Amino acid sequence: MQLSRREAIVRLALLMGASFVTPRLQAADFGTSSTPPDGFTPADLALLDEIGDTIIPPTDVPGAKAVGIGAFMAMMVTDCYAAPEQRAFRDGMTAIARSFRTRHGVDFVGAAAADRTIFLNEINAALRQPKTAESGAPAPKYFRIMRELTILGYFTSEEVATKVRPWIEVPGRYEGNVPYRKPARSR
Amino acid sequence: MAIPSSHVYDAIVVGSGISGGWAAKELTERGLKVLLLDRGQNVEHIKDYKNALKQPWEVPHRGRATNAFREAHPGAQSRWRSPGLNDEWWADETKNPYVETKPFDWIRGYQVGGRSLIWGRQSYRWSDLDFEANARDGLAVDWPIRYADLAPWYDHVERFAGISGNRDGIPQLPDGEFMPPMDLNCVEQHVAARLEAHYGGKRRLIQARVANLTQAIHDRAPCQYRSKCHLGCPFGGYFSTQSSTLPAAVKTGNLTLRPHSIATRVLYDKDRQRARGVEVLDAETRETIEFSARLVFLCASALNSAWLLMRSATEVWPGGLGSSSGELGHNIMDHQLGAGASGRVEGFDDRTVYGRRPGGIYIPRYRNLQGNEGRGYLRGYGFQGSANRSNWQRDVAELAIGSDLKEALLEPGDWSMGIGGFGEILPDHANRISLDPQRTDAWGLPVLAMDCRLTDNDRAMRREIISDAVEMLEAAGVKDIKTRDGHYNFGNGIHEMGSARMGRDPKTSVLNAHNQVWDAPNVLVTDGACMTSASCVNPSLTYMAITARAAAFAVAEVNRGNL
Repeated sequence: MQLSRREAIVRLALLMGASFVTPRLQAADFGTSSTPPDGFTPADLALLDEIGDTIIPPTDVPGAKAVGIGAFMAMMVTDCYAAPEQRAFRDGMTAIARSFRTRHGVDFVGAAAADRTIFLNEINAALRQPKTAESGAPAPKYFRIMRELTILGYFTSEEVATKVRPWIEVPGRYEGNVPYRKPARSR
Repeated sequence: MAIPSSHVYDAIVVGSGISGGWAAKELTERGLKVLLLDRGQNVEHIKDYKNALKQPWEVPHRGRATNAFREAHPGAQSRWRSPGLNDEWWADETKNPYVETKPFDWIRGYQVGGRSLIWGRQSYRWSDLDFEANARDGLAVDWPIRYADLAPWYDHVERFAGISGNRDGIPQLPDGEFMPPMDLNCVEQHVAARLEAHYGGKRRLIQARVANLTQAIHDRAPCQYRSKCHLGCPFGGYFSTQSSTLPAAVKTGNLTLRPHSIATRVLYDKDRQRARGVEVLDAETRETIEFSARLVFLCASALNSAWLLMRSATEVWPGGLGSSSGELGHNIMDHQLGAGASGRVEGFDDRTVYGRRPGGIYIPRYRNLQGNEGRGYLRGYGFQGSANRSNWQRDVAELAIGSDLKEALLEPGDWSMGIGGFGEILPDHANRISLDPQRTDAWGLPVLAMDCRLTDNDRAMRREIISDAVEMLEAAGVKDIKTRDGHYNFGNGIHEMGSARMGRDPKTSVLNAHNQVWDAPNVLVTDGACMTSASCVNPSLTYMAITARAAAFAVAEVNRGNL
């Protein structure tokens, strides 16, 4: 008899009674999705990948680019944000690309990580002082969206939720007082 | 017009939520052929919990609301839905509007199983502090029952539904037939000990009592600590119609479940002074069908059961069946919530938890236990809450982007402890619902207009909920305490009650002590509509007990030839 995945898991749980760990399930990761959402070019996604990878860079564990954060941000902005926020987001991308190039003479994508980090941290700092108007520049609320979506997409990605901070879909029991240990991270 | 024999039953139960599921189970198990109606679509246990086993990265938009979702769900209910995960449950606001004469959040579950699929599962017994309250305070009318009338039925429903909890020996929150409780976590234990010491046992922090299994029962596995109850549990880990009462009713062979069936009228025989059945509008075909039965149980949820009564027997009573007292649709109550406090707890950075517990803590009512203690308000409140350790979702606005932010968010954050009050709202004739003279729903049926508001009693209580929350957290050594006083609209507690209250006198109440409509004793209303006062305690377990009691009584009356 052919069981669906769901039935198989439930039957296993009934057999085991309490604790077991669900098998890792196949899922399409957003990083591999085919066409970018409306209005985003491959170059846009590359820029968003690099912005995400500056917010959450690769260290001993992958950074945001490795989980396809550019495509995720484009999809989320398109589907979940109102038109003015979408415009602000697009304007912000343009502003980052243009002013980075003006200052450093090279494209943001592929630039040295240190330069990218310092540059975006200036925008990030402006978020903390919302009253300070930058002359001519769009309000940095677009950067709040970039930061939030990068964190959301990164920590809920399959890569991170299986290898870096393993998500246990079916814990099977509750213990309210266990020692905290840093999880061993697979490289 | 003769009703075809396929449309004749012993009993018709309107609504398949917590109360209706219990009515169907108890009636079918006593041998009655039962037609169970629900206005919404069917939801099959396990099979229709389509998103219950999705991993975080499989969740569309990671659980965030899309523009399309916001457009499709403009009402108050959108705050309670899990976007992209249980959209098809709840009520479709565009097809099922209502009129807010005063602001009212009506959070409904228009599907088979009703709100039992998506409820909060907190399950506590009421006590004589509640059943004697109106008599003691000289308010509204006296409950026609006392705790002793319900105690065996609480036993009965707890054993079958599966309630986990501790036997705490608190008179105003009676112990029951519990499965072992879920653990308090280390911070909650710490806070409980500090409160015990500070208040000398007068205020107690206990494990929440929840309708989540800690032991297997029937065909149901224990809770797997996924905390995804609102998506339906493929393990049957929490009580719902689907996991619990419906399979029991189906097993008898006496049940017919009819989804997409909007009950539009109780059919009333004025010569016999009895209901003869229920008129149903098929929500899909728009066909009108009459079903007949010797018993009719209204379990359509507090406001909808009243709506149905208001539309019935209007040739005898213009205000509808049960309106002869002048109380039908009045005395609407809820629990006010959204007020409380939270703060940071130090000293547990080397501790964490395993598993995601679908419950928390409860601080039972401690105010006005002896009646009016002169605090500027009557009755009282309990607190629910929990201690939690934050994760990456906290973000850390102070941190610069880059590897520091990443490393910080890969580690757990601070522990916090939060508590929020559930406050009793007094029965008040002025708080009412009625049929709106103009507006209709997608089926051309009149909709309800809500005219309910808080009073000075509620506002005075709310102030003390907040100051008490702060005082208790301070006593427990919690740091950086922040108060919360969220906007509360009537109905927001999703504990609406009182529209067809029980009482001792047909002149001042709609139902008698066995939930029979005074004017039609074969019509029994056993959902939140029947409540004579609101207590501050979550009501669902009491609906279960009241329904089981009324069903047993009604069948006995049938067998005695009285119905």
